[in-house]
Amino acid sequence: MFRYAVRRLIFAVPTLLVISFIIFALLDLAPSDPTAQLPLTIPEEVREMIKLSLGLGEPFHIRYVRWLEQFLVNEPLNLIETYWDVRIGDSEQRLRVRSWSTRAPVIDLIAERLPQTLMVVGVSYMVAILIAVPIGVVSAYRQYSIFDQVGTFISMVGFSVPTFFTGTVLIVIFSVMLGWLPSIYDTTHVVEDFDSFIVQVKQMIMPVMVLGLFNAAQLSRFMRSSMLDNLNQEYVRTARAKGMTEPVVVLIHVLRNSMIPVITVIALGLPATFAGAIITEQIFRINGVGQLLIGAIESADIPTVQTVTFIFAILIVMFNLVADLLYGMLDPRIRYD
Amino acid sequence: MTPDASSSALLEVEDLKTHFPILAGIFRRQVGIVKAVDGISFTLKRGETLGLVGESGCGKSTAGRTILRLQDATAGRVRLDGEDLLALEGEALRRVRPRMQMVFQDPHASLNPRMTVSSIVSEPLDEHNLLAGAERQERVEQLLESVGLDPTFSNRYPHEFSGGQRQRIGIARALALNPDFIVCDEPIAALDVSIQAQVVNLLEDLQEQRTLTYLFISHDLGMIRHIANRVAVMYLGRIVELAPRDVLYASPLHPYTQALLSAVPIPDPKVEATRSHIVLRGDLPSPANPPLGCNFSTRCPVATSICREAEPEWRETEPGRFVACHHVTVGNGARGPDLQPPVGAATGTDGASPSVPTA
Repeated sequence: MFRYAVRRLIFAVPTLLVISFIIFALLDLAPSDPTAQLPLTIPEEVREMIKLSLGLGEPFHIRYVRWLEQFLVNEPLNLIETYWDVRIGDSEQRLRVRSWSTRAPVIDLIAERLPQTLMVVGVSYMVAILIAVPIGVVSAYRQYSIFDQVGTFISMVGFSVPTFFTGTVLIVIFSVMLGWLPSIYDTTHVVEDFDSFIVQVKQMIMPVMVLGLFNAAQLSRFMRSSMLDNLNQEYVRTARAKGMTEPVVVLIHVLRNSMIPVITVIALGLPATFAGAIITEQIFRINGVGQLLIGAIESADIPTVQTVTFIFAILIVMFNLVADLLYGMLDPRIRYD
Repeated sequence: MTPDASSSALLEVEDLKTHFPILAGIFRRQVGIVKAVDGISFTLKRGETLGLVGESGCGKSTAGRTILRLQDATAGRVRLDGEDLLALEGEALRRVRPRMQMVFQDPHASLNPRMTVSSIVSEPLDEHNLLAGAERQERVEQLLESVGLDPTFSNRYPHEFSGGQRQRIGIARALALNPDFIVCDEPIAALDVSIQAQVVNLLEDLQEQRTLTYLFISHDLGMIRHIANRVAVMYLGRIVELAPRDVLYASPLHPYTQALLSAVPIPDPKVEATRSHIVLRGDLPSPANPPLGCNFSTRCPVATSICREAEPEWRETEPGRFVACHHVTVGNGARGPDLQPPVGAATGTDGASPSVPTA
């Protein structure tokens, strides 16, 4: 398994290089102008000089190689320097990937916003799993029952209604009409005692539920069909013939086998947790990674868009590998050697 | 292995019926009924093997599962040592499970792929609080050894074994609880011919050592002849003939039994060349819509008008010999309708089928 992982990691390098090039090329081909949002009173020559100062005077391939150098060499070196408090070479002169609109290093921007995203999107993902697995199990065990029919209907609705709609409806009901929950997520809020914890929980409920229900709709379908596949297997009959109690048959024999595909689906969905939920973050004003990305796209902040997108690409490739390795660990029939 | 004639019945099955509803439409209303098992009766003595034969879809497997309560029965009675199994529910049912076990047809599907051999075999011991700890491990190893598997394999997963080895695991699992009665649901159908003999011999040896009672479900007439003491022939959810093995193979009464036996090839080209086979025309009728009268009337070569109108009675033609056919004469020296010379006569009636290689 270790060898397989190493081989996959080595193969991931060319894949990621190609992805980074495609992202860079796409962004370069897009008709965007970083000075477009500046006041119209700024004369054309000044705009040209601003573009030159941003490095846009260089040809495409030079800019790409520079970005690669900054992202793959300078940023890791900087990380090492700040983490262990050492100096490697001429760190004052070393260029980092900087945002065009804020002039701050992009990695620092991401680091600032990642906690909010992980807090909200991560929790919503866990909520989704906690809702989806029991619903999927019961729906499959009592196939075509009222519970199953209602569950199918709700998950169909949950899956087809977009988050910007459910989010807004929840705000209208719980913030505007009932006034129970805040409509805006306050990222500066610090949890220090029980009361502030309650405030934190209150402001998290709506975004977490909007995203959680959306994900749960999908996952519970997976769980249900995977359970159904296994419930009709002969080995389940064997377990019943052994005189196992129904909970043992369903929760040990069937569930353990049914979780194999579901866990890989969960693993494949995890990168989205880091990427944030662009729309939900917008609705509840959570300044997470998703909002950073959408803001950068609006202001043609190419280094930020490039870097954030590329980090997503790395995460997706990594979690694909994790999903495959999990499969090998959970299913004894699969061996990577 | 011949059962003691005086011993009492271990298992009594009386008019057992298993019907499946056919649901259709948006509201899944019942639009029909599949009579998979439609009133079968037989008794099994301790240490005896009853062979249950019939073509695909005749309800043999459903019958086996229903007797073990792996499938809900519609009507009838199943008594194990006088206790009505169909009346048991929940915990009470779970407590009798150790006494009756099943060896499944497909050794690939019937073992949980995520459990090691050791946990597959030992799980019921744990569940029924029979053994624990080192004792349990010892028992697992002893069971594996008794089915001819290396006990050091106990920590491997089912997929690491061949089909024959997996069936041995399935048998070890069934034996773990020291059952009295085992339903063997085509235990050899998924196996290679050379492995089939090994598994059947193993089942016979185990029967001798532990006085097991088998209900051996199969469509392999040669194998049934080898292992069974008595044979029941099933057609479309009903038993059409039930008789001691030698008698049944020598002079089958029911036309369906005659047709079945004539289809068994005889491993002697000279005899085989001169034999004529009874070829049944048409397909097995749908069990959702069985014919009126005798179930076999649509394909029976000797069917007359009474067969299409009245259900034949389940009659005992001589002691221990039952048949359901209008055309069988009752009394001593019962005779079936004359289709052609009985097939079993050609090979003699020594009982050991020549088609079974000994391993």
